[in-house]
Amino acid sequence: MQKIGVFVCWCGSNIAATVDVAAVAEAVKGEPGVVFATDYQYMCSEGGQSLIKETIKEQGLTGVVICSCSPRMHEATFRKTVEAAGINPYMLEIANIREQCSWIHKNKEEGTEKAIILAKAAVAKLNLNTPLIAGESRVVKRALVIGGGIAGIQTALDIAEAGYEVDIVEKQPTIGGKMTQIDKTFPTLDCAACILTPKMVDAAQSEKINIYSYSEVEKVSGFVGNFSVTIKKKPRYVNSDLCTGCGACMEKCPSKKTPNEFNMGLDNRTAIYIPFAQAIPKVPVIDTAACLHFKTGKCGICQKTCSANAIDFDQKEELITKEYGAIVVATGFNPLKPTKFDEYQYNQCADVVTSLEFERLMNAAGPTKGVLLRPSDQSHPKKIVFVQCVGSRGQSCRDHSYCSKICCMYTAKHAMLVRDKYPDTDVTVFYIDVRTPGKNFDEFYRRAVEEYGVHYIKGMVGKVEQVDGSLKVQASDLLSNDQMVLDADMVVLATAVEPDPTAKSLATMLTASIDTNNFFTEAHPKLRPVESPTAGVYLSGVCQGPKDIPETVAQGSACAAKVIGLLAKDKLLSNPCVAHSDELLCNGCSTCANVCAYGAIDYVDKEVNDHGKREVRHIAVVNEAVCQGCGACTVTCPSGAMDLKGFANRQIMAEVDAICK
Amino acid sequence: MREINEMLKKKVSELLENGTADRIIGWQAGEFCYDVTPAVMRKDNLDELFYNGFCGANQSKYLIQESLEEGKVLALLKPCDTYSFNQLVKEHRVNREKVYALGIPCSGMLDVDKIKALGITGILSIEDNGEEIKVATMYGDKTCKRTEVLQERCKVCKGKEHKAYDELLIPDEDAPEVPNGEDRFELVNKLEAMTSQERFDFWRGELSKCIRCNACRNVCPACSCRTCVFDNDNSGVAAKSNADDFEENMFHIIRAFHVAGRCTDCGECSRVCPQHIPLHLLNRKFIKDIDEFYGEFQAGEDDTAKGPLTAYTEGDCEPSIVMEKGGEA
Repeated sequence: MQKIGVFVCWCGSNIAATVDVAAVAEAVKGEPGVVFATDYQYMCSEGGQSLIKETIKEQGLTGVVICSCSPRMHEATFRKTVEAAGINPYMLEIANIREQCSWIHKNKEEGTEKAIILAKAAVAKLNLNTPLIAGESRVVKRALVIGGGIAGIQTALDIAEAGYEVDIVEKQPTIGGKMTQIDKTFPTLDCAACILTPKMVDAAQSEKINIYSYSEVEKVSGFVGNFSVTIKKKPRYVNSDLCTGCGACMEKCPSKKTPNEFNMGLDNRTAIYIPFAQAIPKVPVIDTAACLHFKTGKCGICQKTCSANAIDFDQKEELITKEYGAIVVATGFNPLKPTKFDEYQYNQCADVVTSLEFERLMNAAGPTKGVLLRPSDQSHPKKIVFVQCVGSRGQSCRDHSYCSKICCMYTAKHAMLVRDKYPDTDVTVFYIDVRTPGKNFDEFYRRAVEEYGVHYIKGMVGKVEQVDGSLKVQASDLLSNDQMVLDADMVVLATAVEPDPTAKSLATMLTASIDTNNFFTEAHPKLRPVESPTAGVYLSGVCQGPKDIPETVAQGSACAAKVIGLLAKDKLLSNPCVAHSDELLCNGCSTCANVCAYGAIDYVDKEVNDHGKREVRHIAVVNEAVCQGCGACTVTCPSGAMDLKGFANRQIMAEVDAICK
Repeated sequence: MREINEMLKKKVSELLENGTADRIIGWQAGEFCYDVTPAVMRKDNLDELFYNGFCGANQSKYLIQESLEEGKVLALLKPCDTYSFNQLVKEHRVNREKVYALGIPCSGMLDVDKIKALGITGILSIEDNGEEIKVATMYGDKTCKRTEVLQERCKVCKGKEHKAYDELLIPDEDAPEVPNGEDRFELVNKLEAMTSQERFDFWRGELSKCIRCNACRNVCPACSCRTCVFDNDNSGVAAKSNADDFEENMFHIIRAFHVAGRCTDCGECSRVCPQHIPLHLLNRKFIKDIDEFYGEFQAGEDDTAKGPLTAYTEGDCEPSIVMEKGGEA
């Protein structure tokens, strides 16, 4: 028989305001095994933890139930507490009476009733707990960073700086990400390339960093400290070891009509191309959809031109499998393509552009060499209208509900730069709110308005129309309650930030979670912002939510600190709450192995002794070092042979019975 | 049918003679000619082998035990039995190497209760010749139309193609046509159209007839566990006295969940139920839901495909959609 102590936390008023904590302690006193029950203001405080330890010793407790916040919050804390007092850490149960009770109830009577039920369920489960011992697993001292934008580069540089090996996997032909396409950066207006390209070079030159460009993650297995990742290296059709990056092949390539992705399709590129001059690695790729050799079997001019003999039309996709201790997701974002926003005429009118397209039109390395020209007729626009929140902060199905965070600032930047370079241009910005929290951000916006004379109008654009080669913008001014029609030569849409489309499938591969917008979810929104809920998987940059460059870099470094903390360990304690199979009940149907996301279940021919009858059976065996205790096998097993230590079927049934009593 | 019987006897004795198998699962009549169960036969009692419209029993389940024994067993599989056979091979419950599967044609199995309902009693034997069934009774010979006395499950036959076999008695394309064309989800649709109270009342009415004889479980090819959870003392639900008569009904609901995604809709559960509970409707509801949520899936179509409930694809419908389809609260 267990001797159980129950400790009910007030959590200040978080719990005590909606739950009668003393009544909960009183109600569980009669439950089987309970020898002590009390309430205390903050169980997690030093005083609360001391109370638990002293009571364990005084009462000779064998198990402890703490009625408090979610186990995600303080289970680890309390496990250490009971262990310090000599109890196995798995003889602890948490009844979550905060997130699942006090925070969602208003009526104290209802809250108290539910808290009592949850406490009784935890006691019922604890009565069936057994002490569990954690095993150990090794840590592979290498990290994988998925995504080679500024976030991934920063994380990789910091991990490498600490002396650990890092691989970067980048699906594009070059690292650098979205920041390579940006002209100037707010609020200092320094040039993006000038601050980014040295970092790209640092990453390429670091002895500890290995870059897999034009590559994708194909498969992930394993667990924290022991991931095994298969990387697919797509064929460039150019031998990176031989290529000198001279660019002669690009000059001679006769296929010159492919929209240039780097310049947002505002000019064309050749079939063999290097995305931009500072690309790393500076090795071209052949776009097989455009290449005449791949389309017709003829041509091959690049091969003849290349003095290094680097062109290899027979190059094949390569699969590389490597082990990693930690994985960093840094997959970044894409700006929304406003094809569904017909009111802005983006599909119909070349002079309606997105902000990133505008960025390229202002960039010295862009299609117009930095001279602002209208895409339709290459004339200087005299009137430009900026529309904010396109696809952000909306309610309809084509909108995202979130704020993309960076658009207010980059729109102010664009407006300011236009007015600075072309003072005769009239610039109007339509906004819902101007959001400028951040160091020197509001000052920056004020400068755009006050020094540069940008017209800011609170209100949204309802319609853009093309009339005789110029644009008519219908909008409303919400402050003066006026409807207005403006003439414009160009309209710039500040389109929403969207997670990279690979996020969803990557999250599945990593068993990491994503939110309804496909941003990766952090382990705790405040206290663990750079870790995913999956141990060993970390989040860097915009994949976790919209961010500007300084925030992205800060998060990238924070993420690296977490990775370094993990890689510095020689051994990890594994979770003892793992599955095991009852060999006498196992049918050998292999359904459990089918559903196991971790490949933790093997089938072996094993001699079993079934009540004196010895026979060889084909049965499931769990590899405890690989099992993550997710429980998928236990619910799938048709015969009930699979069970989870610490969450056994009978423990869960005991909880259900206690709740339904 | 006489012709098929002769071919069958000849083929079986040939296979036993040449050592392909050392025994066969055939059928054996009980006290009445329509009371037929599978039985193991060897060369010496092969004369008793017969095959007629009452040989509905699915032999697949018997192969679990038989394929553990020494030597190879010859199984006679009707087209619909091969689905269960595949499923059991996939789950490693039947050792495929210990079985020689002879595919036999089927023109639909007969429901003796339907014959009796036509006023034909005192049945001594039947002669099954295509469209017309001749029934010899204590009161003289009677006839009835085959379509009138077919088992319910045979009216929604999966077809005459064998999905697994080592050899076919006659090629599938030469086999008799099977009646088909009825919508197998017709009754499920009716149940879905009910209010939850009506549906609850319907199932309470049916399930409270249950006498827990376990016939449905014992005959079900998907109920193939070494130790059934209801027989496992440690499970907490074995042979337990029920708090109320509703808890008793849970047996069937648990069983339906247990076989969901693996049930081939062979219909044996309803065939053997002495209380005539339409148990197959529970399974068909699951099959219909699986089809709608994850795309059409027929368990046992082959012996490799992962069932939709144990495989994950990115296109799988979200849990919220599954919830919505559960009907009104």
